[in-house]
Amino acid sequence: MNPINIIQSTFVPLPIENVDTDQIIPARFLKSSEKEGFGTHLFNDWRYLPDGTPNPDFVLNKSKYSGEILVAGKNFGCGSSREHAAWALAGQGFRAVVSSYFADIFQNNALNNGLLPVQVTQPFLQEIFAQKSESTLTINLYDCWIQIDKTGSRCQFPISSYKQECLLNGFSDIDYLISMESEIEAYEKNTRATA
Amino acid sequence: MKKTLFDKIWEKHIVREVQDDLYVLYIDKHLIHEVTSPQAFASLEKRGLKVLRPQQILATADHNVPTTDQDLPIKDDLSAKQVALLTENCKKHGIELFGLGHPYQGIVHVIGPELGITQPGMTIVCGDSHTSTHGAFGTVAFGIGTSEVEMVLATQCLLQTKPRQMRIEVNGTLSSGVTAKDVILYIISQLGTGGATGHFVEYSGNTIRTLSMEGRMTVCNMSIEMGARGGLIAPDEITFNYLEGKPFAPKGHEWEKAKNKWSFLTTDDGAHFDKIYHFQAENIPPMVTYGTHPGMGIPVDVAVPFLNSTGQEASGEGLEKALNYMGLQSGQFMSGIPVQHVFIGSCTNARVEDFRLAASVVKGKKKHDRIRALIVPGSQQVAKQLSEEGLDKIFEEAGFVIRQPGCSACLAMNGDTIPSGEYCVSTSNRNFEGRQGNGARTILASPLTAALACITGEISDIRSYPFTHINN
Repeated sequence: MNPINIIQSTFVPLPIENVDTDQIIPARFLKSSEKEGFGTHLFNDWRYLPDGTPNPDFVLNKSKYSGEILVAGKNFGCGSSREHAAWALAGQGFRAVVSSYFADIFQNNALNNGLLPVQVTQPFLQEIFAQKSESTLTINLYDCWIQIDKTGSRCQFPISSYKQECLLNGFSDIDYLISMESEIEAYEKNTRATA
Repeated sequence: MKKTLFDKIWEKHIVREVQDDLYVLYIDKHLIHEVTSPQAFASLEKRGLKVLRPQQILATADHNVPTTDQDLPIKDDLSAKQVALLTENCKKHGIELFGLGHPYQGIVHVIGPELGITQPGMTIVCGDSHTSTHGAFGTVAFGIGTSEVEMVLATQCLLQTKPRQMRIEVNGTLSSGVTAKDVILYIISQLGTGGATGHFVEYSGNTIRTLSMEGRMTVCNMSIEMGARGGLIAPDEITFNYLEGKPFAPKGHEWEKAKNKWSFLTTDDGAHFDKIYHFQAENIPPMVTYGTHPGMGIPVDVAVPFLNSTGQEASGEGLEKALNYMGLQSGQFMSGIPVQHVFIGSCTNARVEDFRLAASVVKGKKKHDRIRALIVPGSQQVAKQLSEEGLDKIFEEAGFVIRQPGCSACLAMNGDTIPSGEYCVSTSNRNFEGRQGNGARTILASPLTAALACITGEISDIRSYPFTHINN
């Protein structure tokens, strides 16, 4: 996993609430057995017209919006547990998603792929949406804040110190868990004994 | 200290407390399927790791399998490859697979319970959000992503934050024509699609207590649709009666021992919940959804909300977008809307009791000409029960064809899709845009309401339609 520390970028606004993972990546694209290649289908059915051409009204097809940060309405990533949603966002080049809250499973999937979920207050979210397209945001994972660079307005975001350290260093949960092998075996032995 | 049922199960599975609220949690049972596991196995192998406890894993093929001609090779190359990879991975790692053609094959959340693999007090995970279904047995069961599938394969553990806890109590007697599906659609319509995010829900109250295991599974199944990490119900005699004699349930002396142990799985009086909701069963009508997430549900005899209404789920841009997608208008009544498709299936409502309900409505009637119905049993065992109880004949005589088990049109991965712009009354769990096919318009409902739409060709109120319940 690539470490994250500071992200400074323009952002892509998606002021829609309850964006579910079926919108992020529709089920018919889950037939691949790889982790790569989902980026082109990110938001497929909003992004492309039925004939496959880009939908000019969708934000990813508007040349004035780009960047490594997606900013979306509340409850982003609800629905299916498909990690393909996080892979598709990362595949498109996003490194952080900002919303007023995230669905639990999506949040874990994002963290496990080095995609930073940044939870901000509802007023701060609206403040970001009010910015012009050339406006940049800075996300500082050392101190857990996000800033609208033009105004200097800041919002702290929550993250456990364990996850913060993982992301800053590019560590994965699996490395931590593997290091616990003997403790896991001891737990199993103890549980069997008391069953 | 007073503890909730959730606390008791969680604490018993802590291997290490990492820091406040972050734990290494031991997983008793890991269920896997063809769509969310291949990348986990590939990554595991890349790291040179083995599957730590293959005997605690169970695999099936369900999400991406055809519901016709299952004995023939799968036509879609990518689907065939996914199913073949699952078979190969299970063989390589010594994991039991109930694949296509196996008498125990079926939707992962149908087979776990019906085979007695799901047992009270367990921690259960699966790379599927509807893993919450297993909570009906008093388990801590939740959906995970593929990276987490890999972690469980490698270590039988997960790093998890302890969720907050919510109790939802339902008391009173359900009206005729109102099912467990209506109960959960009603609850979600009240709490909203993100109303339980960050929480684990315990369902209680005498309405929940009187539900069958099938009904309890329907309720727990849709916990995720209000954002909950999972949902659970304390086990009782109904749970024990359901499990007794199931193929993988304990037998003889072991059964008595297990039952005794399970009977302690309750929430202590006065245990702390972060949020508590009360609902009265008599207030719950047959429900349908009108929008594009499961929180957008209303009583079948009520009009679609207006943009300026103050309801939690009925305001602003989201509603306008949803109604445009659904081809519906504020103020329009749901009952009377002509529909083209009905899907009776999915991990929410594809157990034998669901088909008994549906058969009660269609018995002696003929399918409406307009309707194309997908009747998809949740498992081979359910299909067998349908035929043993003669329910298959009832559907066939009414003009339906019963498909072979799988997730089918719930997520429409396998080609069982609803055409763009057409309506489908569906017993499944999600009415998201495009869920049942690009442009498909899903109306979630109970098996009774879905079966009635098969006959009338439109959304109808089951309360004004006489039928006799078929019992086991």
